[in-house]
Amino acid sequence: MAERGVDRVLWLLVPGVVFVVALFAYPVLYGLQLSFQPEEGGGVLANYERFFADPYLRDTIWITLRLAVPAALINVLASIPIAYRMRGRFRGKRLLTTILVVPITLGTVLTAEGLINYLGPVGWFNKILMGIGLTDEPVRLVHNYWGVLFSLIITGFPFAFLLILSYLSGIDPTLEQAAATLGADRRRRFRYITLPLLAPGLAITFCLTFVLAFSVFPSAYLVGLPQGETRVISIAAYESAFRDTDYPLGSAIAMIMAVVMLVVVGLVLLWRSTLYRGATGGKG
Amino acid sequence: MRVSTWLVWGAVAFFLVNLFGLVLAVVVNSFSVEWFGTWWPNGLTTSWYVTAWRELDLLEVLVVTVQVALAVVVLSVLIGVPTAYALARRTFPGKRLVTVLFLLPILLPPMTYGIPLATVLYKFDLAGGIAGVIIANLVPSVPFVVLTMTPFIEQIDPKIEAAARMCGARTSAVFTRVLAPLLVPGILAASILVLVRTVGMFELTFLTAGPGSQTLVVSLYEAMFSAGIRAQQAVDAMAVIYTGSMLVLLVVALRFVNPTQLVTRLKEPA
Amino acid sequence: MSENFAELRIERVRREFGDHVALAELELTIKGGEFVALLGPSGCGKSTALNCLAGLLPLSGGQILVDGKRIDTLPPERRGFGMVFQNYALFPHMSVHRNVAFGLSMRGIGRAERTRRADEALRLVRLSDHAHKFPAQLSGGQQQRVAIARAIVLEPRLVLMDEPLSNLDAALRLEMRTEIRRLHQSLGLTTVYVTHDQEEALALADRLVVLRDGVVQQVGSPEEVYAHPANRYVAGFMGYRNMIPATVSDVDEEVVTVAAGRSVLHGVNRDGLTAGSAAVVAMRPSDVTVGEGENALRAEVEIVEYHGREQAVQARLPDGTALHVRTGSRLAPGDTVSLTVPADRVLVFAEEHPPGEES
Ligand SMILES: Nc1ncnc2c1ncn2[C@@H]1O[C@H](COP(=O)(O)OP(=O)(O)OP(=O)(O)O)[C@@H](O)[C@H]1O
Ligand SMILES: [Mg+2]
Repeated sequence: MAERGVDRVLWLLVPGVVFVVALFAYPVLYGLQLSFQPEEGGGVLANYERFFADPYLRDTIWITLRLAVPAALINVLASIPIAYRMRGRFRGKRLLTTILVVPITLGTVLTAEGLINYLGPVGWFNKILMGIGLTDEPVRLVHNYWGVLFSLIITGFPFAFLLILSYLSGIDPTLEQAAATLGADRRRRFRYITLPLLAPGLAITFCLTFVLAFSVFPSAYLVGLPQGETRVISIAAYESAFRDTDYPLGSAIAMIMAVVMLVVVGLVLLWRSTLYRGATGGKG
Repeated sequence: MRVSTWLVWGAVAFFLVNLFGLVLAVVVNSFSVEWFGTWWPNGLTTSWYVTAWRELDLLEVLVVTVQVALAVVVLSVLIGVPTAYALARRTFPGKRLVTVLFLLPILLPPMTYGIPLATVLYKFDLAGGIAGVIIANLVPSVPFVVLTMTPFIEQIDPKIEAAARMCGARTSAVFTRVLAPLLVPGILAASILVLVRTVGMFELTFLTAGPGSQTLVVSLYEAMFSAGIRAQQAVDAMAVIYTGSMLVLLVVALRFVNPTQLVTRLKEPA
Repeated sequence: MSENFAELRIERVRREFGDHVALAELELTIKGGEFVALLGPSGCGKSTALNCLAGLLPLSGGQILVDGKRIDTLPPERRGFGMVFQNYALFPHMSVHRNVAFGLSMRGIGRAERTRRADEALRLVRLSDHAHKFPAQLSGGQQQRVAIARAIVLEPRLVLMDEPLSNLDAALRLEMRTEIRRLHQSLGLTTVYVTHDQEEALALADRLVVLRDGVVQQVGSPEEVYAHPANRYVAGFMGYRNMIPATVSDVDEEVVTVAAGRSVLHGVNRDGLTAGSAAVVAMRPSDVTVGEGENALRAEVEIVEYHGREQAVQARLPDGTALHVRTGSRLAPGDTVSLTVPADRVLVFAEEHPPGEES
């Protein structure tokens, strides 16, 4: 066995594996098992049937996707051109990076308070809009869909930006120079060299940004309409499990969330597999 | 300059200006005596910070936050780094499965495993206290350390360990004298990122914390959620304190972690 | 510090990776103080052999004995060998001095003694002025010398070197080659040296071991291997660049007569060939001269490369086989020339493999 690299080093895996199995795999399987034991009787699948039969529950999937997909797309797509222009060295790069990353520190509550104060009907933003005559009445930008979307962009963009900047910096700049000597213009260098090499990083970034947005929870309460157009799936899961103490239903909703998330990850990986396959261009 | 470049920097500027306005609105409000519907509050005061400190038990909350964050950092490094080492240095049957197992807690929304985890922790009487909060926060943190440290360890040439052995170093000496010093930058980077993530982690703490074991994010949320009881300015003051401390953490983090080398580490010139 | 051993025996040492045999039944006895070179092309199992010896790779079979005591079960740190790695593997976080002193401190040697011996080793490799730099601040050749100093400072009973010169430029390689030879002579350390460069092996070693696909082809002194390669593969590796298919027409004890390239040649029978068998004729380019005489071949000049005093010429025999020649005479493409080779410089081997099987 030692010849095949199976040796004492593998003991180092034990604490980590025991940890994920005990505190991640076991609870998830326990929750899965619990979700098949409905509080209110019925068949094994009663919780799932109830979720998909009740529009108040079922629609949370679409409400969440309607927020998470645009938020993740905006965060990733906006990061690409900005990060692309920030490769290489230039003066003030560190400062600009830091400023772009600062929203990470804001946290949900300050963002929510800020959105309410700043974008609210009497906030500075509406005052300016009315001041320059763009609108006569204040635009409603918080306590609805838009408030939550803005919050997701403010908190999600720095992550997406940092990751994409990091992936882009890992692509050997001489590849683009080589393409330039072969007659590729800016646009085609990006399309045929940088983008394919960036694709794996984009896929990972989209997945991670999407998880953040899909998990949206506190801001849906604070700057959304938690019983209306921003009743996201986390709220449904939380309220079932802890407000109504229906743990089986809460677990069932959590499982549905996980499945939706994994389907999205699967789709992204499928998209990625249609493109160039290979290393991320990183790791030297 | 090209049109597209102007568009990009214009959009960045628009985003940053609004972001600045947003933060400024909170900061101003936290210092305002009263502010409703006008361009500027009528009068400034620092009394809301005093209120926040006293009424919201800020000191206790900060102590809990620091305790939780440090415990999570230390434990996740202790558990995660050895795992990352084994994953980086060995291939073995079932390696893919193990990798997926460490990937899932990062790829799934915290709610999905947080609810069953909280249920299990309540069942074993672990939730509701600091221990429960620490355990719950470790669930995404350990995999995070594993996944960031594995590529870091992979780029350390295994020949260096072999060279140490050829110089007569035992396993323990290889680890303490050669490996540990080489791992320090990676561990530091991973620790700081875990620290930032843990201080900002809402869902898992929210689901497992009881009175007296809430971290800053959660007690902030509760304060804002139960607004009406408290003045908005006090909540804002608290939020400013939270952001201030996160900002310090971030600035420290950026000193140790080059943000452009978060996922891909350029090979050092030989 | 370790006592020099009388002999190190490697007995039927094997190493497999999955079902690929990287090293097959290596048999070798190394005497104390000897300089042995393991020679072979890339991928032939040289590093595998060295790592098995060092204890860095577990054996699939066989054993290693030092003066009759088995050592293949010991971990690398307890074998008392030193090693110079191909890419140096210096500790990047330690200064040059601490790199060299590392092994001494692992052996619990006191600070004063440690400093003295590390200084001494650095003086031997002429790096005393760079003792406080870090590896990243050194040139390739300097890093190389640190790696050597780190290995020899312990005066190990066996020094293993894995292509230590392969990353250096041509001039530095020559200089370091002399340096290694000088160190070996002054310290008398038993050395196993891995290389794919026959010139390096011939220049340095007391004994050569030629490997191919994990199998030993020949063991012998540089003179033996150079002048009397055991088979056509070793011959090819030792500069017999011309390998011409031929048919044996007559055998007279050591001398064979063959038909090759529409000419008749006499050569040395290396494989006990008999009349009628298929053979390969091996010749060094430098043994072929332009001019009429005994043992002649006719050929047409195809490519001429200028190499200073000499020209490297590729000519084609009437049957289409290419022939490489080094000559002082000025030739031009298209010339038809007569080439001669002394019969004792023509080696005739059996045609082991059907054509095309060789990879
Ligand atoms: N870890 C490994 N797993 C699988 N195969 C291996 C491994 N290490 C070496 N091999 C194979 O064993 C054979 C011998 O490898 P080895 O490294 O000993 O070659 P080498 O003679 O040192 O070549 P080079 O001159 O290029 O260093 C090669 O075919 C190689 O592909
Ligand atoms: Mg090798």
